Amino acid sequence: MANTSSNSPRDLRKMSGIWVVLSVAADLLFWFLVGPHVPPGRLTETAKNNQMDFNILMVIALPVLIGVWVYMGYSITHWSAKRNGPESVGGAAARSNRKAQVLWISITSFVVLFLAAFGTWALIVDHGSGGGEGPNPVWMPAGAAQAETAALNGTGTGILSEPGGEKVLPVQVIGQQWKFTYRYPTFGGFETSQLVLPANTTIAFNVTSLDVIHSFWAYQLSVKADANPGVNNVAFTETKGTGNFTVRCSELCGLWHGAMFNYGSVVSPSAFTQWATSTEAANAANTKNLPPFAWTYTPDANGAAGGYYPDGTVTPYSTVETYGAKQPAS
Amino acid sequence: MTISAERPTAVASSATPPTASGIPWTQRPGWMSQHLGTAIVGGFLGYILGHWFGNYISSSYPWIANSGQNPIAVTLALLGMVLGWLVGIGALNYPLAKIVGKEPPAEVEVEGWSKYFRYSTNHKVVGLQYVVGVILFMFTGGLLAMAIRTELLNPTTHVFGPGTYIEIVSEHGTIMMMMATSIIVGPLGNYLVPLMIGSRQMAFPRIEAFSFWIFMAGYMVIFSALPYGGFNTGWTGYAPLQTQNGPGMISYLFGFAVIGLGMMAAGFNIAVSIINYRAPGMTWSRVPIFVWSILATASLLTLATPVLFSAGLFGILDKTVQTAFYVDEHGGSSYLWQNLFWFFGHPEVYIMALPGFGIVAEILPVFTRKPLFAYKVAASGMIGVALLSFFVWQHHLFQSGINPDMRPLFMLTTELISIPTGFIFLVGMGTLYRAKIRFEIPMLFAMALFFNFLIGGVTGVFLSDVPVNVTVHGGFFVLSHFHYTIMGGLLFAFMAGLYYWLPKMTGMMMNKKIGLVHFWMMFVFFNLTFFPMFIIGLLGQPRRVFTYASNLQGLNDFSSISAFLLGISFIVFAWNLVYSMWISPQKAPANPWESLGLEWQTATPVPAHNFDRIPVIMTDPYHYSEVNAPALADFGGPAPVASDTSSTSNPA
Ligand SMILES: [Cu+2]
Repeated sequence: MANTSSNSPRDLRKMSGIWVVLSVAADLLFWFLVGPHVPPGRLTETAKNNQMDFNILMVIALPVLIGVWVYMGYSITHWSAKRNGPESVGGAAARSNRKAQVLWISITSFVVLFLAAFGTWALIVDHGSGGGEGPNPVWMPAGAAQAETAALNGTGTGILSEPGGEKVLPVQVIGQQWKFTYRYPTFGGFETSQLVLPANTTIAFNVTSLDVIHSFWAYQLSVKADANPGVNNVAFTETKGTGNFTVRCSELCGLWHGAMFNYGSVVSPSAFTQWATSTEAANAANTKNLPPFAWTYTPDANGAAGGYYPDGTVTPYSTVETYGAKQPAS
Repeated sequence: MTISAERPTAVASSATPPTASGIPWTQRPGWMSQHLGTAIVGGFLGYILGHWFGNYISSSYPWIANSGQNPIAVTLALLGMVLGWLVGIGALNYPLAKIVGKEPPAEVEVEGWSKYFRYSTNHKVVGLQYVVGVILFMFTGGLLAMAIRTELLNPTTHVFGPGTYIEIVSEHGTIMMMMATSIIVGPLGNYLVPLMIGSRQMAFPRIEAFSFWIFMAGYMVIFSALPYGGFNTGWTGYAPLQTQNGPGMISYLFGFAVIGLGMMAAGFNIAVSIINYRAPGMTWSRVPIFVWSILATASLLTLATPVLFSAGLFGILDKTVQTAFYVDEHGGSSYLWQNLFWFFGHPEVYIMALPGFGIVAEILPVFTRKPLFAYKVAASGMIGVALLSFFVWQHHLFQSGINPDMRPLFMLTTELISIPTGFIFLVGMGTLYRAKIRFEIPMLFAMALFFNFLIGGVTGVFLSDVPVNVTVHGGFFVLSHFHYTIMGGLLFAFMAGLYYWLPKMTGMMMNKKIGLVHFWMMFVFFNLTFFPMFIIGLLGQPRRVFTYASNLQGLNDFSSISAFLLGISFIVFAWNLVYSMWISPQKAPANPWESLGLEWQTATPVPAHNFDRIPVIMTDPYHYSEVNAPALADFGGPAPVASDTSSTSNPA
């Protein structure tokens, strides 16, 4: 009871001082030393923006973490029975404090509402931020809608140049147990297990699956979209420079889920066109046997026997027959 | 308080028990009665009978005859097992007698240790049964976690095949989630709620007993997946992978349905008890904060679990009678499972968080010797979390293509829920303010919760941000996040609660020295295990993989070795239990922590009917360090000699 109110502000002043110094230091260190290296890097415009979002969240989170830690640390070191802390005082004053409560609730509400608004803004201006936007995306980059239509109708060839001057490439990603294959609808719809993309181009990924749910995660591109059977899940990114990236399946899809990954590369537009046209020519015989390009394909429950796609005859749906029948991605 | 009028003030606890011949054989002492043994026999017989019957009716169907598997036989076998188990333990004696119009014999409380192996309607027995039950879940789930971390020691050398590995991962997740739904509500909720609200019993003691025994049946059902070849869907069980799986999947679906029944029963009983069985004078502003948290949790259990139950039932129907709830080709939708699962699954997350908040908020005042700061904010925060938790589920589906235009809404609701969740920090920090803190073991665990849950909560905000979610969804980042909230929050709170209340429940103190070793090992190695996983996740490792990029081996090994040491901390905990309860028991004082809580004002061990006279509550239990503090309750004089024998009648 001896030293009550006179010392209280001193405790808080001390803590605030430590908090400000540590928070500023941590934020600066993070922003300048760690920030530029935060995953997923800067290979695409999307990755760059998402890295920026992460860093902004971190700069807000660090002072919150440090604030609670400083308070807890201070209370452990200054207010324990062992270290002869102040005597506890009960009564009405210890039960509530309108100022502290209003301040706490206001600050947390403000931070939370700011984060939600900021996240929404980032999501919309970055056209879905590389996430799966479903079959009818509302936040599309300029020229993407026309390019998608052209791809489906087979009326576009090569990297599409849209009226506004945007360069767009539609690519289809087909998840299947246990690999991803890619179709290029503006190059005759050939299918390949290699993912090659042109630099400085808007890519429209059309992600679907032939069997179970997978998730197409192009890590360095900052693209992630679930591959659902019967659904075209569209995700956008805008490539910048050239480089390599990793693709992993990030939704548990069965036995060889852990082995479901491959690598892709972003190359110069001319190198890309050369690769695509030569692959189109080399695959021409196979492409003829593929089903015509479509956003989705009817999954074949007996895929192991019928190949990747239904063979046209209706196979009865079985709950058990495909389990474990397929081999891992090579 | 009108509710007090109906409640007797005295009980005939000293009345002579009926003579042996008057007791039905099912309740007699000794092995010729109904107990765990008959339950096991019943389960075994039920399994065989169900399996035979399933084969009998369905083995000639072409799609079964050629497959080498019979999902109908598996389903009926598991159903038979659960029914046999319930019949064997005696759970159905009362309802069956009522159905055929007979008056069931009154239950007799069996004395001695054997009551813990019986269908007991005493909430204190059920509470201790749950302690053992959840620890069984916890240790089996933990062993599987050790197996996971062993496999992840090396990216290319494998201890298990990919099939075995993914079955282990799936079992680990499912068992731990099942455990986490009940780990605090089951043991501490059942034992303590009546004591804390000044009641002699729960509202529905038979439903309470049922919730425990069906919970244990769920343990057997989920393990039955292993002989059936397991299931490889993880604990989330997504269709169409679910549809593709073999009969092990039925154990998963049926297991969740069975556990779901237990959750609904437990939640319903506890919520009703809290609302209706509070002692006279216990107004809502005097209810202990732990009881508030259990009320919020029980409401979530009652309202969210039916969705899981139905979802599991649909899955079983898909696999047995060839319905197509989740089969896209036949008019169903695999999105349906995702929506139903997470519609349950997100309230479930708070089922696993709120009781932990309740425990720390309850014991903080005791060890700071201060009143709970901002009691009303704490209680309203818990209710707020419970309500909001029904409006956030699609944040699990940000990249799925479901409702993509609604992502800003779910981002908003998810971030809004961090406001009431943050109240627990306001309450904790306000209570700590200028206190003379006593760092006993329960307090250490409570403080650790604040450290762990802060990290878990802040990383949750990262996950809720859709642009950042693109990188962190489905990887080790989210895995670490929910281990920080569930293990770092709930499990640390469970330990705090056990160290704090076991002296009341068993009459024995937990050893402090071993407790210190346990706490520090668990705290340090928990953080060393899971913190690196945030980085592993950011660096691109998806969940549930048996192989990973070779440059991540260092971090994975660090995490694995810490995990093994974390595992050892649980052996230290088990040793402390055995040592303190059996090897070198130290009798606990009636109120070792000098708590003002109502549960500490009864004798230790707690009398059969908790309170000789129902107390009349005068104020809340947080008047620490207060000059002229009002008395908590009027306990009345000594109990009158039992005269009112009618009060012994059993609750229906
Ligand atoms: Cu996959």
